[in-house]
Amino acid sequence: MSVRHALLALLSEGPKYGLQLRQEFEASTGEVWPLNVGQVYTTLQRLERDGLVESDDSEEPGPQRDFRITAPGEEELSLWLRTPPDLSLPPRDELVIKVLVAMRMSGVDVHEVIQVHRRYVVEVMQQWTRLKEDEAEFDLSFALVVDAELFRLDSVVRWLDTAEGRVRRASVEGPAAAPAGLPRLRRTVGVRR
Amino acid sequence: MSFLELQNVSKVYGDGANEVHALSGIDLSVDAGALVAVMGPSGSGKSTLLTIAGSLEDPTSGEVLVGGAALSGMSRNDKARLRRRSIGYVFQDFNLLPGLTAVENVSLPLELDGLAVRKARLAGMAALDELGLGDRAGHFPDQLSGGERQRVAIARAVVGDRHLLLADEPSGALDSENGEAVMRMVLAACRRGVAAVVVTHDAQLASWADRVVFIRDGHVVDQTSTPIGPDALLARSPHQ
Repeated sequence: MSVRHALLALLSEGPKYGLQLRQEFEASTGEVWPLNVGQVYTTLQRLERDGLVESDDSEEPGPQRDFRITAPGEEELSLWLRTPPDLSLPPRDELVIKVLVAMRMSGVDVHEVIQVHRRYVVEVMQQWTRLKEDEAEFDLSFALVVDAELFRLDSVVRWLDTAEGRVRRASVEGPAAAPAGLPRLRRTVGVRR
Repeated sequence: MSFLELQNVSKVYGDGANEVHALSGIDLSVDAGALVAVMGPSGSGKSTLLTIAGSLEDPTSGEVLVGGAALSGMSRNDKARLRRRSIGYVFQDFNLLPGLTAVENVSLPLELDGLAVRKARLAGMAALDELGLGDRAGHFPDQLSGGERQRVAIARAVVGDRHLLLADEPSGALDSENGEAVMRMVLAACRRGVAAVVVTHDAQLASWADRVVFIRDGHVVDQTSTPIGPDALLARSPHQ
């Protein structure tokens, strides 16, 4: 997540000082992502260096020093909001790697490995859902963050279910041979590290 | 205290070469007030488990106890009475009677059980009101949205003095917002003391449960442990 752009968004509402930014950042994310105050000041210094925010130089440096967004900062924020995150490259997913490794290892039951991960992910989902049950009705930001996390984890469970089905079918039918001439994934797309 | 108990339950369909073991040695206990999700892929036996738990089908072997009473010792009439009085069912396709209004659908089990029509309708209205559907009481199922139909089905399942709610993919035909509303209602029934079993392949649905039981090829293969407090999630942060 871009703390840099989150701070620009908060400053687009008007001048604010560091501690205030930290509090408002945490409130706007339903307090799911706590922020270190040192990180706020480091980020503000970089934003100031890049001309995206400015502060009153006459003021003493300190917790009450006001920061304001500049015109280039507004422009940067607007561009960031409309730029989709790069989802074109598959991430180097540790869970996927573990299942791939389990398939190659003799003496390892890949179904058992998949179930261990499925149970863990569902347990984490239960925790997120409890949060929603208790608090989300009262805080829209928090509800959106929790929903996003639940959908992300749900997609992991769906992948595990699909992987298990494929492994099961392959063990019955034998693995399908790759057609000649099919471009290999790694040649056509990179992998995010 | 456990309200539903399946003890070493097995179910076999067909015989000889056509024998299919739908369930094998299932043990499952659901306390009053608890919501248990049974999660598994299509064909894993989860719907069979639900129909056996609800006395709609007999197991080939093993025992089912509802409220401490063994189903194997009950006559057909006793089982029918148990179903009318104690067990509510919710299905993916709602199973509402199209010729009856919402309140008539909800009060029907009470009327079938001998309650006077007026009293049954009052109880049906109360159940609909509780689920925010009081203003839809006079509507027929085809005049309701999918989410409203499923809420009527839940009202029918919990009306009266039901202690066991059995749901088969209750939000399968609904969008995620309506699905969540359905699960909130099931959970609210549990918090009032109802024992509930929801079978599903959907992890988001299952995550509302106090316990998730995983079923594969008719066997219980795993279950979640008691969830730790959600505060543990907030204590972990990539920014700290």
